[in-house]
Amino acid sequence: MADETLAETPLHAEHVALGGRMVPFAGYEMPVQYSGVKQEHLAVRTAAGLFDVSHMGEMELTGAAAGEVIDALITNNAGKLVDGQAVYTCACNQKGTILDDLIVYRLAAERWLVVCNASNRDKMVPHFRTAAEKAGVAFDDASDRTALIALQGPKALAVAAESGDDGKALSDLGPFRLAETTLFGVKVIAARTGYTGEDGVEIFCANDDAVALWRAILKAGEAHGLEPAGLAARDTLRLEARLSLYGNDIDETTNPIEAGLGWTVKLKKPTPFLGQEAIRAIKAEGVSRKLVGFEMVGRGIARQGYPILDGDGNEVGVCTSGSPGPTVGKNIGLGYVPVAMAEVGTRITVDCRGRKVDAEVVKTPFYKRA
Amino acid sequence: MTDIKDDRRYTKDHEWAQAKDGEILIGITAYAVEQLGDITLVNIDVSAGDTVEAGKGFGTVESVKTLADLFAPIGGKITRINDKLEDEPELVNDDCYGDAWMVAIEGDEAAIADLLDPSDYEKFLSEQD
Repeated sequence: MADETLAETPLHAEHVALGGRMVPFAGYEMPVQYSGVKQEHLAVRTAAGLFDVSHMGEMELTGAAAGEVIDALITNNAGKLVDGQAVYTCACNQKGTILDDLIVYRLAAERWLVVCNASNRDKMVPHFRTAAEKAGVAFDDASDRTALIALQGPKALAVAAESGDDGKALSDLGPFRLAETTLFGVKVIAARTGYTGEDGVEIFCANDDAVALWRAILKAGEAHGLEPAGLAARDTLRLEARLSLYGNDIDETTNPIEAGLGWTVKLKKPTPFLGQEAIRAIKAEGVSRKLVGFEMVGRGIARQGYPILDGDGNEVGVCTSGSPGPTVGKNIGLGYVPVAMAEVGTRITVDCRGRKVDAEVVKTPFYKRA
Repeated sequence: MTDIKDDRRYTKDHEWAQAKDGEILIGITAYAVEQLGDITLVNIDVSAGDTVEAGKGFGTVESVKTLADLFAPIGGKITRINDKLEDEPELVNDDCYGDAWMVAIEGDEAAIADLLDPSDYEKFLSEQD
């Protein structure tokens, strides 16, 4: 099973010991599931789940101009962040299509952290490094020494509170706020962010501390129904919450406007940014297609790459993500369709490997927490 | 240890065939179920009366994550399909060697002998992963 070309996170042995089924993902061997995707999914929706997302890339930028360097490469407005605040954003190229989606953290005025997708690390590290060096900003790719653990679910903050006062204080943080603190005796950065549609925290720590932190959280979570959760549940959870997956729903052939990520593009922010003029033009001209959510009406599960057909059977779009939604209880998906077919209630057909299955465009997110 | 029954034969596509009461029942193995995870949809593309050829696809089994094609281990005429799986795909997770048979075929029972016997299938599984 072991593939020598695959990297391992510091929690690899923990996953194996927990019975996690390990699969290759973005160059890492990662747990796709432990007890089963449905059970893990529902645990996150009703109690809490613990995810190892240490494969994500972490870039540290330090210096007086660090914030401006980042702001010039992203679509959202880093200039509005205060110390201890984070923002979700796209990073686009000159054409206005998406290089990656990121979370940018302002730790302090001159100390910033940028988290990128593991699959894009080789592209984003030189992208940010080059800009940083040009501006005299120190750049460090911290990915290989940093672990990232996501604690997600309605009980996530209660689990963190088992750590004591530092853990309890996380409940007072607003969404997308972060604290440099101590959890279960481990020095961490904890942020009120996530990729599941639930409340929770994402916790950065040094690789050497990851096992101690992982075990402490699992133990503290026992009484709260916490379960370790794998990549498969992470995917169904994010899909129900309509959070984009890079490589599926967005990539270098899609722009933020058609992807429904226009809210991350701040054309009027003070710092000019890469892709700004192209996106301005795209907005002025209007997009030809949109990423929509759909529910299967007939018996079938849409999968990435399945063609979307109009009423006459013409191929007009493509499914970018699809699976059963364990919480919504329906087979759901995302896909690009012509603007004229993007209205909620529009009937579409998904070509499931030759089987034509009816679907309907619906409002997203498919799931929203109460 | 993956469950393998002694009372039937197997294919390298992780299906089983069993002669029973004059027909041949076809299903998927515990190993296939483990690989797929939670089964959410069973699509049988044939109906009673249709003829299937050995090795040809007759449907798909889908889980949350992925899907697998069903291939006829032997040829013959479909006598019954398991309608229960349409509404209860999770039966495949619970009882893949029993209630969750997929189709029944009227065919050459001698052809079953050409499939993998339980020990050959076990050996084949040990070579996977």
